[in-house]
Amino acid sequence: MTNHAHLRKDSDVLLRVEDLVVEFKVPGNKVVNAVSSVSFDVKEGETLAVVGESGCGKTTLGKALLQIQKPKSGTVRFEGNELTSLSKSDLRSARTSIQMIFQDPISSLDPRMTVRQIVDEPLWIWSKGDENERVEKVKTLLNNVGLDPELVLDRMSYEFSGGQCQRISIARSLALEPKMLICDEPVSALDVSIQAQILNLLNDMKDRYGLTLIFISHDLSVVKAISTRIMVMYLGKVCEIGPTESVYSKPAHHYTAALISSVPIPDPTHRAQRTPIVGEPPSPVDPPSGCRFRTRCPAATELCATEEPMLRLAADGHYVACHHPRA
Amino acid sequence: MSSILKLENLRVRFSTHRGQLEAVRGVDLDIQAGTSIGIVGESGSGKTVMSRAAMGLLTGSNVTRDGRISFDGKVLSDMSREEVRNEFGTGMAMIFQDPMTALNPVRRIGSQLQESLRVRLGMSRKESRARSIELLTLVRIPEPKQMLRKFPSQLSGGMRQRIMIAIAISCNPKLLFADEPTTALDVTVQAQILELLTDLRQRLNMTMVLVTHDLGVVAGNTDYVAVMYAGEIVEQAPTTELFANMKMPYTEALFKSIPNIQMKAGSRLPVIEGRLPDPTDRPLGCGFAARCSYAQEKCFAEHPELEEAKDGHLYRCWFPLGDSIPRKVS
Repeated sequence: MTNHAHLRKDSDVLLRVEDLVVEFKVPGNKVVNAVSSVSFDVKEGETLAVVGESGCGKTTLGKALLQIQKPKSGTVRFEGNELTSLSKSDLRSARTSIQMIFQDPISSLDPRMTVRQIVDEPLWIWSKGDENERVEKVKTLLNNVGLDPELVLDRMSYEFSGGQCQRISIARSLALEPKMLICDEPVSALDVSIQAQILNLLNDMKDRYGLTLIFISHDLSVVKAISTRIMVMYLGKVCEIGPTESVYSKPAHHYTAALISSVPIPDPTHRAQRTPIVGEPPSPVDPPSGCRFRTRCPAATELCATEEPMLRLAADGHYVACHHPRA
Repeated sequence: MSSILKLENLRVRFSTHRGQLEAVRGVDLDIQAGTSIGIVGESGSGKTVMSRAAMGLLTGSNVTRDGRISFDGKVLSDMSREEVRNEFGTGMAMIFQDPMTALNPVRRIGSQLQESLRVRLGMSRKESRARSIELLTLVRIPEPKQMLRKFPSQLSGGMRQRIMIAIAISCNPKLLFADEPTTALDVTVQAQILELLTDLRQRLNMTMVLVTHDLGVVAGNTDYVAVMYAGEIVEQAPTTELFANMKMPYTEALFKSIPNIQMKAGSRLPVIEGRLPDPTDRPLGCGFAARCSYAQEKCFAEHPELEEAKDGHLYRCWFPLGDSIPRKVS
């Protein structure tokens, strides 16, 4: 069975992922399908947001793209290179054009390195220019992410706040001028007033460096501000994928609708039109048969238990994996 | 309505190696019985320290607490530690942000639930077990009997937060502090927990203080809101009034900078530049002046006091929004 209705023409896309499966062994001789046959593609210049609750496999997916977590099967093609079958050294050079930013900005920087060393490290490893050229490059990068190089260059990373550390991480990730940036919950550890600064910075950097972003997040409000396309995951499967505006205004999957209606609105006069969603996600060790969301879905029927729904067209460029999509 | 918790000029200072850090700087708050109030602010605004001080939880040798805290007519500073434990331990309860670390990982849920019932209310083993099952049913845990035998590590975040709520309400508190109760949870579970808290509050006739950074959570679940900044209350009003008619530029800036699901996709967010002032070295004037786009000379020189606009809408600003005073935008 192929589930590729939503994939676009091969020549148009920068990254194409097909039938990606990532498994983990758990005690009791069982396996967890953290990512279960996921396919999607990303065009150059797009920002694809991957959203879902904790445990839906979004972080594992991000890691599997970079082959930090080896997938069990499936393909990840980036600029024509098949990342899953590259040799160690080829993979290392391929990774220079895909970089990652992590959730916790403070623990993702070495506290015993100065900011200069942190941002310079990728340049030094790849011998990009002599020492003076590299220092100039580091200064430009820091300037671009809104830090004053003169003030920060020789300070240690532990001296900075979360927001500043995230700026340093962004500078480091841009040092090798990657084509794609995978951001794994880059603002969820930051304060509310700092979130907006980092989101705007990511958008600016995207324009300046011509980046393509994959933005992994659980926060639907944040995702709406930054993404052009959105992919909703539930228990390792894709539920819905489509242009952001279309998915938010007309969610076709009942899970997406429930997620959107659960977001608290900062307006006391707003009447909550809650689409009730009961319980919590079932264990991924033993996922429900057929549609994985059926145990919590208000529209579930017998068909949902027996047959797994395939992605099908809901609106222009907007695909949903549901037997009974919302009108 | 009567006052249940009254804070008068509450100040909390910590001695640190960098000098005195004043985390709460003269907070006056009068919480009426039966209402629900939201305390909003960024990290470092003093909201958590304030609520812990109000519960009598901050007692270390490096902490200085000034001001009067009265709960249900009794003044905290007049009481011995023993009395504080008895009065505040049952009359007030707190739910903490992180349900993963607030429970003891090596004790079963049952024993953690029964602890306060037996120690505080003097119940027998049998009574406390029956009451525990009642409480678990109240927080809508399926199969409460089996739950008593489980360890926290076997539960999801949402389930653990329900257990925390069950423990918090076990001694029939009059006042419930919920310190970021849903920040560590998923959105769908957050909606369930907030709904549960609102339901329990009405059913058990509790007063609730909801401490959060999320204006969305406050909007749907509180009657009053107090906005804190740099250890002070900078604006306070009934919830609908506050959202309709913000007076303090900080409240407005915070509100606008938060990504909102109702805004257009891909829109650029207005940001609050800069950071909170250093708590060991507070500025002379208004704490927000350095980040405020309406700041005037007076804002840097003189500290504004809380003023009342109308019907209990308080604000701390020399040049409140919605005023006709002309001001230059810097």
